[in-house]
Amino acid sequence: MSEPIITFRGVNKWFGKFHVLRDIDLVVGKGERIVVCGPSGSGKSTLIRCVNRLEEHQEGTIVVDGVELTEDLRSVETVRREVGMVFQQFNLFPHLTVLENVTLALLHVLELPHAEAEARARQQLERVHIGDQARKYPGQLSGGQQQRVAIARALAMQPRVMLFDEPTSALDPEMVKEVLDAMLELAQGGMTMVVVTHEMGFARSVADRVVFMDQGRILEQAPPAEFFATPRQDRTRDFLAKVLPR
Amino acid sequence: MPTPAGAAGHSELGGPRLPPERPGGAWAWARRNLFASAWSTLATVGAVSAAALVLPATVRWTLLDAVWRPDYQACRALDYRGACWGMVAEKHRLILFGRFPNAEHWRPLVATLLVVLALLVSGHPRAWRRWLLGLWATVAAAFFVLMRGGVLGLSPVGSEQWGGFPLTVLLTLAGVGASIPLGVGLALARRSGLPLLRAGARLYIELVRGVPLITVLFVATFVFPLVLPQGMPLDALGRIVLAITLFQAAYMAEVVRGGLQALPRGQLEAAESLGLGWWQTQRKVILPQALVLVIPSFVNSLLSTFMDTSLVTVVSMYDLTGALRLALGDAQWRNFFIEGYLFVGTIYLVCCFGLSRYSHWLEARLGRWARQEPSRA
Repeated sequence: MSEPIITFRGVNKWFGKFHVLRDIDLVVGKGERIVVCGPSGSGKSTLIRCVNRLEEHQEGTIVVDGVELTEDLRSVETVRREVGMVFQQFNLFPHLTVLENVTLALLHVLELPHAEAEARARQQLERVHIGDQARKYPGQLSGGQQQRVAIARALAMQPRVMLFDEPTSALDPEMVKEVLDAMLELAQGGMTMVVVTHEMGFARSVADRVVFMDQGRILEQAPPAEFFATPRQDRTRDFLAKVLPR
Repeated sequence: MPTPAGAAGHSELGGPRLPPERPGGAWAWARRNLFASAWSTLATVGAVSAAALVLPATVRWTLLDAVWRPDYQACRALDYRGACWGMVAEKHRLILFGRFPNAEHWRPLVATLLVVLALLVSGHPRAWRRWLLGLWATVAAAFFVLMRGGVLGLSPVGSEQWGGFPLTVLLTLAGVGASIPLGVGLALARRSGLPLLRAGARLYIELVRGVPLITVLFVATFVFPLVLPQGMPLDALGRIVLAITLFQAAYMAEVVRGGLQALPRGQLEAAESLGLGWWQTQRKVILPQALVLVIPSFVNSLLSTFMDTSLVTVVSMYDLTGALRLALGDAQWRNFFIEGYLFVGTIYLVCCFGLSRYSHWLEARLGRWARQEPSRA
């Protein structure tokens, strides 16, 4: 495997008394595409939200691009600049135009000059084929378009890792493909991606490795061909039987 | 351009067509809106007969039989069968400007007009730029120079002589204006991750909201001078403005908190994931949305402060209603207090109605993004 960029070692996390992540060990290499799947409530979203510390872990270590995530706010800020995230509910800023959504962090986090921020934003919007919508507000776009804006917004920060938290789950069926296509193009460009999704087709065609979680544990991880053909655990077979078309 | 084939295809599929026309005309409208059912008819008849009962007498009293000249004998002769607007004609300067020296009334008039002008300018979102702060600083300075005098050849007028409408405007705007940043700060503190800050904000809000404004005004007038450090340049008026600000801030904090809580958590997470710091997140993402959400409740508390300022009469300040009471001190015109209150009430009504219309307009303008449903196309 290539040089690791995300490392989970013995990570445990609780929500109150609920043990949501149990003894997580996971290494993601540079340029790797990981798909995390599992039944709902298995902790997969929590897992990737720990990578940019939207959730704090209580035990173990998480290292992202050489920086260990700790209470120290500076380490969190450093990591967040390296890691982009796309959410299930898009989470665009509704009071800003599409262009302003993308330039906001460029102006106020990277402190780029206005012209440069706008040029970079437009470039990213073109990349997800939505450049012509720059002046509109998010509420005027379809779900698929909004999610592509969210991808452009994250990409504009030039992250080294992209996290996707069920990016197509809130979309109408006919819009899923346009978002998956944007993600596919990104994957072909060599971006490191960790994707929580139920889109097994995407896992099969894009992932280098599929990670299966259940009840807070990583039950198995394998390249997709192996994962889908010969799952080792009963629990995995069970899950696949439910989500794969027969 | 529709080809015949295309047109035919369209109609076969049942393409879009206009909605069926409603029967037009006044009668059809009335049938739909006034006499749709037995209850609707009853309500219409009731409302119309109530108006028929009240309106003619009202018009006669306020307009037809009224005396407009400041003529005391004519007013007496009316024996209350018509309004004596002469009372207002006689006393309007006292009501509007309180005990401000008569010869200098142009000063509060110009000062108030300047403030109103500045308000009109700042009403438009396009004026929400940095220069607006400069404009308000200038207007505030001009207001105080005009009111206080003592420079530029203006005779000095102590703040204890200020009164009437300018005082009402000053108390409301200074109190509410200063309470906005304080209230936003309190609201943010109350949702902060730091327990001490959170507890402090909460204690302050609960404490202040548990006390009536009138008590706060008494405390400001009689207790502040004892506890404030010696030599603080704060006269009675300054203490009252401070009291209204501190009082209003607690309510403002809860108004703002309502807006903050209405925002989905994802907004915060998206901002954080982009690397925005706490303050940038609040300023660029959270507050702009939260403040638009609270415009209706904000205007609500602005209006109630506008009215509540009349409580300052208990500490010997003569705002609009206080100045009216001064005017009614004249034994001759005392009996025509109803006309006086109607006059003052009309001023309040015009201001509040204007403000309310403005807030509707602003809400619609700023909330454009909020009303656009995500299209599913």
